[in-house]
Amino acid sequence: MTHVTMTVNGKAVAGEVEGRTLLSSFLREGLGLTGTHVGCDTSQCGSCVVHVDGHAVKSCSVFALDVAGGQVKTIEGMANADGSLGVIQQAFQDHHGLQCGFCTPGMVMTTAALLAGNARPTEAEVRHGLEGNICRCTGYHNIVKAVLAASGQDVAAIAAE
Amino acid sequence: MPKDGGIGASTVRREDIRFLTGKGRYTADINLRGQAYACFVRSEVAHGRINGIDTAAALAMPGVLAVMTGEDFTGMGGNPAGWHIPSRDGSAMREPKRPVLAHGKVRHVGDAYAVVVAETVEQARDGAAAVVADITELPAIIDMARAVADPSHRVHDEIDGNLAFDWGWIEDNRAAVDAAFKIAPHVTTLELVNNRLIPNAMEPRASIGDYDAGTQDYKLYTTSQNPHLHRLLIAAFVMGMPENKLTVIAPDVGGGFGSKIYHYGEEAAVLAAAKAINRPVKWVADRSESFLSDAHGRDHVTKIELATDKQGNFLALRTETMANVGAYLSNFSTATPTFLHGTLMAGPYKTPLVYVNVKAVFTNTAPVDAYRGAGRPEATYSIERVVDKMCRELSLDPVAVRRANFLTPDQFPYTTPVGLMYDTGNYQATLDKLMEIGDLAGFEARRAASAKNGKLRGLGLSTWIEACGIAPSNLVGQLGARVGLFDAATVRVNATGNISVMTGAHSHGQGHETVFAQIVSDKLGIPASSIDIVHGDTSKIPFGMGSYGSRSLAVGGTAMVKAVDKIIAKGKKIAAHMLEAAEGDIVFEDGKFSVTGTDKAKSFGEIAFSAYVPHNYPLETLEPGLEETAFYDPANFTYPAGAYACEVEVDAETGKVDVVGFACADDFGNVMNPMIVNGQVHGGVAQGIGQALLELAVYDDNGQLLTGSYMDYTMPRADDLPMFTVDHSCITPCTHNPLGVKGCGEAGAIGSPPAVVNAVIDALQRGGHSHVKHIDMPLTPSRVWAAIQG
Amino acid sequence: MHNFEFVKPSTVADAVTALAASGAQALSGGQTLLPTMKQRLAAPDVLVSLTGIPEMQGVCMGDGGLNIGGATSHAVVARDAAKSYPALAELAGHIGDPAVRNRGTIGGSLANNDPSACYPSAVLASGATVVTDRRRIAADDYFQGMFSTALEEGEIITGVIFPVPAKAAYMKFDQPASRFALVGVFVAQLAGGVRVAVTGASEGGVFRWTAAENALSANFSAAAVAGLSVAPEGMIADMHGSSAYRANLVKVLTGRAVTAAR
Repeated sequence: MTHVTMTVNGKAVAGEVEGRTLLSSFLREGLGLTGTHVGCDTSQCGSCVVHVDGHAVKSCSVFALDVAGGQVKTIEGMANADGSLGVIQQAFQDHHGLQCGFCTPGMVMTTAALLAGNARPTEAEVRHGLEGNICRCTGYHNIVKAVLAASGQDVAAIAAE
Repeated sequence: MPKDGGIGASTVRREDIRFLTGKGRYTADINLRGQAYACFVRSEVAHGRINGIDTAAALAMPGVLAVMTGEDFTGMGGNPAGWHIPSRDGSAMREPKRPVLAHGKVRHVGDAYAVVVAETVEQARDGAAAVVADITELPAIIDMARAVADPSHRVHDEIDGNLAFDWGWIEDNRAAVDAAFKIAPHVTTLELVNNRLIPNAMEPRASIGDYDAGTQDYKLYTTSQNPHLHRLLIAAFVMGMPENKLTVIAPDVGGGFGSKIYHYGEEAAVLAAAKAINRPVKWVADRSESFLSDAHGRDHVTKIELATDKQGNFLALRTETMANVGAYLSNFSTATPTFLHGTLMAGPYKTPLVYVNVKAVFTNTAPVDAYRGAGRPEATYSIERVVDKMCRELSLDPVAVRRANFLTPDQFPYTTPVGLMYDTGNYQATLDKLMEIGDLAGFEARRAASAKNGKLRGLGLSTWIEACGIAPSNLVGQLGARVGLFDAATVRVNATGNISVMTGAHSHGQGHETVFAQIVSDKLGIPASSIDIVHGDTSKIPFGMGSYGSRSLAVGGTAMVKAVDKIIAKGKKIAAHMLEAAEGDIVFEDGKFSVTGTDKAKSFGEIAFSAYVPHNYPLETLEPGLEETAFYDPANFTYPAGAYACEVEVDAETGKVDVVGFACADDFGNVMNPMIVNGQVHGGVAQGIGQALLELAVYDDNGQLLTGSYMDYTMPRADDLPMFTVDHSCITPCTHNPLGVKGCGEAGAIGSPPAVVNAVIDALQRGGHSHVKHIDMPLTPSRVWAAIQG
Repeated sequence: MHNFEFVKPSTVADAVTALAASGAQALSGGQTLLPTMKQRLAAPDVLVSLTGIPEMQGVCMGDGGLNIGGATSHAVVARDAAKSYPALAELAGHIGDPAVRNRGTIGGSLANNDPSACYPSAVLASGATVVTDRRRIAADDYFQGMFSTALEEGEIITGVIFPVPAKAAYMKFDQPASRFALVGVFVAQLAGGVRVAVTGASEGGVFRWTAAENALSANFSAAAVAGLSVAPEGMIADMHGSSAYRANLVKVLTGRAVTAAR
């Protein structure tokens, strides 16, 4: 076992891990942060997306030791300081951008990274930006709508129902 | 206008808060003190005889606590099929035993024959890799036609011909149907494949078994759409324990789409292992295991024939289907290709004569069972494709032909030639609505614009009906169901006036916690925020058959409304006592019980408090407490229907199909929360487009699953789909439930595949590739390109 | 997955030393290697992460063209090569998905030489040079068939030098599930002529389509390849497409790449 330290959602954390311990496992089992989900083993589904040093990564495809010392942000760190939903989270609720909720943490984390790099994406840019996050429930319609809304765009006109 | 937060309001979902903040509690998120971990050892061959399993090396591995094999479960029962389907000749269904772990033979790649329990997940995996099985590989039976035709190979040694049943519906009508075909002016024939799919709920299956040696109680946390059904199957059929000694908890469940209806061997195995080592045992499938071991969907090979006159009036319809059931009969596998498929072959049409034949075939593949829509997508696809083909053969307008053959509103209730009684509907109205919202009139201009960009544009239609709200026990009993299909709810009003509703429906994405609260709030006139919906725990809820077949609201929701009605009735009794009036003079309105014609009234809260502080109750006639339970068994299925239009662009050089428009006009009866209904349709259509264009489970001739990960099984992604135009303003309320609801969960997946395929064929035909009459799903670029090449 | 010792050197020299250990393997992003290890198809004893080495990071113009550090992520190439070599940036911006692009690296992709990977086509079409800890390898010598390269045991790709073509474009047709290239064609108009490299299609891995190169060197227009044909022999056939289909895509995508080249 190797000692690892990193900052998760602004808090310094430490733990003992094996070489093979995935970041997703360290977060879920080591730190009890079970909001990060694991939906596949091939780095495809995106349920496990977190931010490492500001970049979206698939935490099931990164070893915990490879991000030692890094800044990690998970879904548990996305609400406002007072506990209320952040802008992206609120947009997902307002526009019914989730159903079973399993892919949702990854969707929110990917959206946050997308909007950080492109404040007002087009619908096509949103769809391209979400290609690494699979949702089986929503057909993406309301997720795309939520992302556009979270970027401050008027979705009433864009997303016909 | 809907009341604020009441029935008909697009209330945002309360469950979203926990899902959006990482506080959802899925089975994999649960950890019990002292838990060990299970890893299943799965067959790498499709078919083989187990000569022996050596567990010694595995047991010697670090951290390994126990190894169990099929041999350890021979004293237990089998996991049964829920419906008995007799053959045309009257013989009984042939139903092999489905053990907890494979014993004697392995019958598909991924068939589990041993389980290793260890201190950590990785140690369990290391242990599983050390189990040595001596398995003699046998020829794999993969292709259905060969399975039936070649008598030398059997998936189950005791079942010759690999057939579970050969079912005719309705057998007595067969001669009349055949006779109609003999004299029909035109017959359209189509051979098609309804492609095999893998459900792929984003949460892989997971189970935790727990055993209390002190009380001898078992507890199972599992990814279930119907915990009571799991309890019944595990206790009464598989493990042979009293039902009251088993609690099944399905916490937050990350999607199901059918695949989590069924009881799987892993669930019984973790319970048995927990007892064996006297510690909780946890198992979480990785995605590769899900691909191999979840029940797959669809997988029909069908020949359909439609007899018409030269004007396109339907005279008779006849189909022959081979339905793959895989290696074992999963719980709903026998109902899906029969009573959820054959009984729907009339569609929304007045076809006078219909006959359906279905052969259920065993193969060395994963079991196949209900997947979103279950049987009804297969029926709809066959009908809507053959109708489209007939229109092309006779040069008829597909819209006009559908209109001419629709049942008309004055024909309801209508008994179809395949045994269902449609209570109500208006198929002309949804088709009219579709023409409007899909701007069908503007298609030609859009086609011209696409042509300028070098793309072939096509328009496809589908008009569909389904039977859902899967229930009436009296009907399903006649059709072969071995269980009743009702539902139950308890409404518990606490002394302080807030409410817990225990429902037998199970939410795994549908939003019951929000919508059910809206309904109770509306009925009782108290804020939804004072109402909690409790589901997914057999120790808390009275009983329930769970959620599938678009039944939650129509059946479970109605049970809840019936329980609310009982609460109101009881409240009236209490109010009569408190207000010193006759019970018959009490009216309940806007959350108040009042004496008719007076200003004397008690609020709902006062009544609730009085029920639990009955200081001066006439106890012989008025019982304290305010809690009511209702069981509800409906009189009929419900019959949602709709009309869908798909527009595609085809790149003829590469064969790539883009869905550029999709419109849905549905009649779901009354709508409780339009936002959620829209979301259900979006998701269903996405799965239908996935089936039509992207998804296919492929086994090679040796029974290896070639599409065993997201690297090869194509899931619809955000950039594969357009925005959808959906409407549910055409309403013919269901006539036999008090909410007038029909169900919306499966509609999208049922109505969309034929619309997509019809659109692609239309694009190719209009684009000059008139030799392309049909392409089997999924219409991948390579298949479309190959079809164009001829 | 099997356990291993994890090391993360901060210099190329330390990485070379670490990789000399028995059973050592390089980890350069891991977006392909991790799934393989989960399946227990790869089981190194020592895993040497190359993503903590500053000298292997970054994109800059330098001697011989655009220099890209071997451990530079696809996302960084997509961003930082956008002005200097837009076709390459475009290619990088469509590998995998955003999260994969943040971890996956050019060196990792080239070392693996997956027959459906995108980067090999750019390297081969550009006539790039693969720079390792011990030598420089011309693109034409580097790729040696599916999953096979000129790299020696323990050799590390420290960078790649791309001559920047006058015009270039990459056309990728996605394998629908994995989003790897079912076929990808990179066309580059260089001083010495046009080079066309094809990935995803051939059983021999990335290859140059010389007939198209000759035709395009004479006349750089889609019309120049319209009359050519690609033989299906030797093309990959699988559930996502037959050999004939892939051969068709090679031609179609080449024409489209020429039209799109800038």
